[in-house]
Amino acid sequence: MSTIQTSGTGEVHPDVLLVERAKQGDVQAFEKLVRQYDRQVFRIANHITQNREDAEDVVQDAFLKAYEKLEQFQGNSKFYTWLVRIAVNESLMRLRKRRTGKMVSIDEDVETEDGSVPRDLADWSPDPEALYGQSEMAEILKKTIQGLPPGFRVVFVLRDVDGLSTEETADALGLSIPAVKSRLLRARLQLRERLAKYFRKNGKNGGGK
Amino acid sequence: MTCTEFLAQLDELIDDEVTVALRADLEQHLRECEHCEITLNTTRKTIEIYRSHEIYELPESVRVRLEKAIMAKCRKC
Repeated sequence: MSTIQTSGTGEVHPDVLLVERAKQGDVQAFEKLVRQYDRQVFRIANHITQNREDAEDVVQDAFLKAYEKLEQFQGNSKFYTWLVRIAVNESLMRLRKRRTGKMVSIDEDVETEDGSVPRDLADWSPDPEALYGQSEMAEILKKTIQGLPPGFRVVFVLRDVDGLSTEETADALGLSIPAVKSRLLRARLQLRERLAKYFRKNGKNGGGK
Repeated sequence: MTCTEFLAQLDELIDDEVTVALRADLEQHLRECEHCEITLNTTRKTIEIYRSHEIYELPESVRVRLEKAIMAKCRKC
């Protein structure tokens, strides 16, 4: 993969300077990286573990591990992509601890046709967000995404919420580019299908299947 | 273009990664197929809604606690 540390103008990504300073023992530089990315790490960890306490532990463990392994960060990828890879591994470890004996993986492909072919073809309300209050909306979104396989959830969050590219997502998750693409399409379509019953036109209670 | 062919290009269309020629074909299909138009619009809306609502908020108090714990351990490294 090509180096993505620099933009087209050859500008160095600010994270690279912070990482360099942290490598030389500047703890405050590392603190800036923590403050920059702790919310995102917490989000990813929650999406994988689905447990708040575990997600808090993952934030701590992922940043500590990143700090310890900082020398190994070569700058071939973005610091954030590298950090996500650590956070995903830490999250999976937490999940395995909770579900002893049950294999947990995000790289197994899940063969599911559910929702991948659009079935609910009713149009949505022009402003679906106005149908629900903030906390009700958060619950709907949480419940809906939790119904997806972990590997789909994480790809969707990295690509569509965090805004990573397909290549960066593949890099962070150790997946191939076609695998990321196929999961993203299925994740988007399945979420759309599941949200349709809440957001379709003519009444939020009209669509309970 | 069939609906299946359209769906196969849905992500590329949403992510604006299609050639001019392909975009013209996809738009032609959309003019003729209401179902695909709804699928496209509601998929876009799905992404937009997830992007604009943080469902796992990290409260500032917890954030400060975690940061303190991380930095205390880093200083001992």
